[in-house]
Parts: sequence; C-alpha cells; structure tokens
Amino acid sequence: MIEPNRKGEVWVFAEQEDQTLNEVSLELCGKARALADQLGVKMAAVLPGCNVRELSYRLIAHGADYVYYLHDPQLESYRTLPYARVLCRLISKHKPQIVIYGATAIGRDLAPRVASQMRAGLTADCTDLQIGDFDDTRSKTLHKNLLLQIRPAFGGNIIATIVNPDRWPQMATVREGVMAMKPGDPRRSGEIIEEKVEFDDFDLAVRLIERHREPRQVNLKGARTIVAGGGGVGSKENFRLIHELAGVIGGAVGASRAAVDSGYIGKEHQVGQTGTTVRPALYIACGISGAVQHRAGMEESAKIIAINTDREAPIFAVAHYGIVGDLNKVIPIMIKAIRARA
Amino acid sequence: MGYDCVVCIKQVPDTARITGEAMKEDGTVNRAALPAIFNPEDLNALEAALHVRDRHGGTVTAMTMGPLNACEVLRDCLFRGADRTIIINDRRAAASDTLATSYILSRAIRTLPRYDLVFCGRQAIDGDTAQVGPQLAEKLGIAQVTYFERFVELDGRTARVRRNVGNGWEVVEARLPLLLTVLGSANTPRPPSARRVMRYKRARTEPEVGKEVAEAMPKASEQKREEEWARRLEALKMNGLVMDQWDLDHVEADLQWCGWAGSPTKVHRVQSIVLTKEGYTEIPPTEEGVHQLIHELIVDRTLG
Repeated sequence: MIEPNRKGEVWVFAEQEDQTLNEVSLELCGKARALADQLGVKMAAVLPGCNVRELSYRLIAHGADYVYYLHDPQLESYRTLPYARVLCRLISKHKPQIVIYGATAIGRDLAPRVASQMRAGLTADCTDLQIGDFDDTRSKTLHKNLLLQIRPAFGGNIIATIVNPDRWPQMATVREGVMAMKPGDPRRSGEIIEEKVEFDDFDLAVRLIERHREPRQVNLKGARTIVAGGGGVGSKENFRLIHELAGVIGGAVGASRAAVDSGYIGKEHQVGQTGTTVRPALYIACGISGAVQHRAGMEESAKIIAINTDREAPIFAVAHYGIVGDLNKVIPIMIKAIRARA
Repeated sequence: MGYDCVVCIKQVPDTARITGEAMKEDGTVNRAALPAIFNPEDLNALEAALHVRDRHGGTVTAMTMGPLNACEVLRDCLFRGADRTIIINDRRAAASDTLATSYILSRAIRTLPRYDLVFCGRQAIDGDTAQVGPQLAEKLGIAQVTYFERFVELDGRTARVRRNVGNGWEVVEARLPLLLTVLGSANTPRPPSARRVMRYKRARTEPEVGKEVAEAMPKASEQKREEEWARRLEALKMNGLVMDQWDLDHVEADLQWCGWAGSPTKVHRVQSIVLTKEGYTEIPPTEEGVHQLIHELIVDRTLG
C-alpha cells in the first residue's frame, strides 16, 4: 500500500487489445478528468502494450495530462502477471491517489491482483464515482475528499458507498458504458512518459498458447432501440416474440440476467450491471421484473416501456409507459400496430 | 501421483429469489428472510475439482470461511464427493472485505501439507466482486487463471487451460500450483449422491456438536454436557465424521490483516433500494391503448 498522498494523480488503466483501445478506457478518462479537476491534481493513463504509442494521443484527447507508456513485447497480449507487475511498479513509483479500471474481463482479472499485491482497497463494478468526505465514527477521524465508490450489492437490492480511507491508492473497477463517453479534443496537449519495467521468471510463467476473438455480434451499445426480455417471457420459444418485435422496429434484442440464466438467450444480450449498460432512445422491457442490477444497465434510456403482468414489479418505477398485461398478448398487438403505421 | 485440490466455497443469501416475503413494509429487502444457499459458481468449482480427482487421483478439500451455519454447504460438498472439509470460523474474521478474506484463506491453505490446484467460483452472487480468487492467488504467490472453462491438458506439473474471456477464448499454459476461477458455464455440477448423503448427514464440526448437546440437554450441568459432547465426538471420530473447524490462531493469521482492521475498504453508506412509485403513463393492454402509444412514439420521433 501507499500512504494517502493528497497530491497524487488520478489514473486510468488504458486497456487495449490488438492495438485498439477499449472504449471503456476513454469513458473512464472523462470521469477521471472530472475527479482530478475537483481534487486539483493531474490525471494520467497507464498504457502497457507493444507498439501502441499512437493510442496515447486518444487518451490525451479524452483528458489525460500524462500517459505512462510501456512498450515491451511481453506486453503484447494481456497476461495477468506482467501487467500486474507494471501497475504495481508504477503505483509504487508515482503514488497516484486513485486508479480506476474498466470492469472488463481484463480489468476484473488485473485489478484484484494489483490490489492484493499493494494491500490496497478495491471496489468492483462501480456505477458512480464521486469525491466526498467520510466521517469514521469508529476511529473518530474525518477523512476529507475521498473517492466515494458507489455500487449495487446484494443482488442489486442495496446501493453501497465504499471508501478506502488510508490504504491507498483508492481503486475501483467501473462497468462499460456507465460513464458517458465525452467527445475527445484533439487539440488538448499532454505528455507521453516512457516507462520500463523488468520482469522476472514468475511474471512470465503463464504462456498464452492460443487466442481467439469473436467480434461482438450483438451491438447493444450502438442500438437506438432495444427490446429486452426477462424471466417472465417464460421459455425460449416465447422469446421469439422479443426477436420479432425487435425486428419490426429495427432494434436490438436485450435480456435480463434471469432470461440468460434460464437459457432463453445468450449472455452477449444481457443488459445490466453484469452485462452491457445501454442508453438507447427507446427500451422496451418485456417480462422483466427490474432488479436494480438490471435497472442500473438501462434506466438512462430516453424512453422506457415496461410490459409486465405484475403491477408491483420494480421495473415500473423507472418506466415512462407501463402496460400491465401478458406480453404474449401485448407484443403481437404492438407488432400489428407498428406494421400498420409503416 | 494425483492432484490435491482445494475448493473455496461461500454460503450466500439467495439474492435471485427475492420474493414478496423477503420484502419489508418500507420496500427494502429483509435479508434474514432470504434462504442461504451454496454460491452457484462454487458448485462449478467443486465439480471441476472432483473431475480432476476422479480422473487423475488425489484429494478434494472444500473450505469456507463464515459462521457455523455455513457448515451446511460443506456437508453438501461431502454429499457430492469432497474428501475433507474445513471451516474457518472466528469472530475476529467478521467484517473482512475481499482482501482480508483472501489473506485468511491463504493462511488456511498454507496450513495444508500440500496443494496443487485451488478452485474458486468466479464470483459470489451477494457481492458479485470476483475479487477473492485473484487476490487469493496473489496471497499464495501462485499464478491465477480466471474464467476457467476446462483443462485442455493436465499432465504432470503443467496445465493447459481454456478460459472464456467473453468476446472469445484463450488457452494458457501454467505450472502448478495454480488457482482457477470457474465459470458457471464450465460444467454441470453432479448432484449429491444418496449413498454419500446417508453416510455424511451426521458429519459435524466440534462446535456444532456442542450446540446440539446444549439444545438437547438444556437443564443438565456443565459437566454432564461436556461428557455428552466428548462422547458424541468420539462416536463421530470413529466414523470419520468430524469436520475440521479452524480459528485464526490455528492458521497463524496475523490479526492486523484480518477482519475490520485488515480491510482497506469500509462501507460508508448503505441505501436500501426503495421501490418508489413514480409517475408513469399506464397504457391499457388493448389494441386501442397500444396503437395510441405507438402513435405517440412515432409523433415524438422515438420510433421511425
């Protein structure tokens, strides 16, 4: 761990694969920039990789004052141990006060390893980050300007605010799509600082033998309209209705965790805290009860229609339009209505 | 030969089954009303370990940290095929965050004479953090492979593992000992075997036996109870039915890294989600209602 360092920078782990930045890193740059401005400190991105110096300019455009760039053939594809070594070395050297990671497959593998090695706190899957004070009644200490790490917990039934008062850096992972991506400013200036980290045999002990990537077939994030089904759809056969409605309005198909867990549809369609966070112009929630984890992933949608037989379903709390009824009857009416207009 | 496997298990409230009965008047969740279950992905971790043992020989030790009630999930491990169970049960471990938890688990695992593979479920459904696996690997000073789907090869001291990274998969090669976090999609957990249920349903930890004696003999003297406790324990021991219960002293844990003091993260505030009834426009589920809604959406350019 490092001591609290009020002048410490706010950092973003810049995640790249195949020399392409993960968009979540740019979303986080926007948030980190705002946090750094509030604290009056610099904001930096850490970019490990192989021949990816070019990506630094996008990070700068999105708010980084510095990019700590590490070029090493050992860093070409992500592996836990060398990446964790890089983060730990740089954290020990520069003593940032905050380090945030995307809550991606990579971020959720890397951040806990780093946190353990640094003996620092880490909060997973935050849906909001703020700066605020923490009055610790147990030790009677007022900690000012801490990172408030806000996340749903307990199956989404509570929202917890977590702080890390004295074992710094304060670290968190943040879901993709939760922080709005701000447009980059190509005229912003920043500095690329080249760093070098040596690896030992243990760091390199895990070898990548084979690697296969599938392009994301489901473009939930880019969809203007999303029709999503939940456990209330009842069966894989019934889920065809969801596909059909999505087809008619030219939207993407989403799903709640319950629908994915029941095998109605693949995980790549999942909307929510453990899926994709979306903010389309129109979100139609069919047979979705609306656990907070799901709502966290869609409540920013411009318009929400909820169809559910249960008048008490929590989804209605975020809906703009509510239809209390059987989706097997309502959706066909909807399809007919849209077809009649087209 | 064979592999000595450790599986880390968590008993969790069944957050997926929040029904009307589990809600309080004010719309928040009554946590005590939720049933406690075997964390789903830990069942997949157990299955992965049992599979290794069945195929290559070795042992499977199931381990948990928590209150004595968590012995239920350990008995379930015995029913499904585990060779040994250990519960780390200590008041001083209460309020541990993921870092303190992984430290304590690492101390317990280091107490074992030998281990080759440590299996954890990817994440628990009460916190969904997925942090304990990687943190435990770091505390043990061994490599981690997260999102385990299956072994492509397990030969001698080398494992080739296929991991699912969401937008694809990879095969990585690592030397043992190794920690794996197992996905729900990795396998289908075997059910408890009737034969093993018959055999292990009486398995108990020492403090559980003490509790049962106290309940059975509320009026007896302390000495009488202790005699009964010793007698019952002896009978269980003869049948190999005593489950290990360890405390922090047994695992030689440094208390500065345990419990509240050992946890860098603190809960600042918890807000229960109150299901408020904000205004929404209710649309009747009729042709007319739905047509009117679609019309409205087209007029305000949400559709089309």
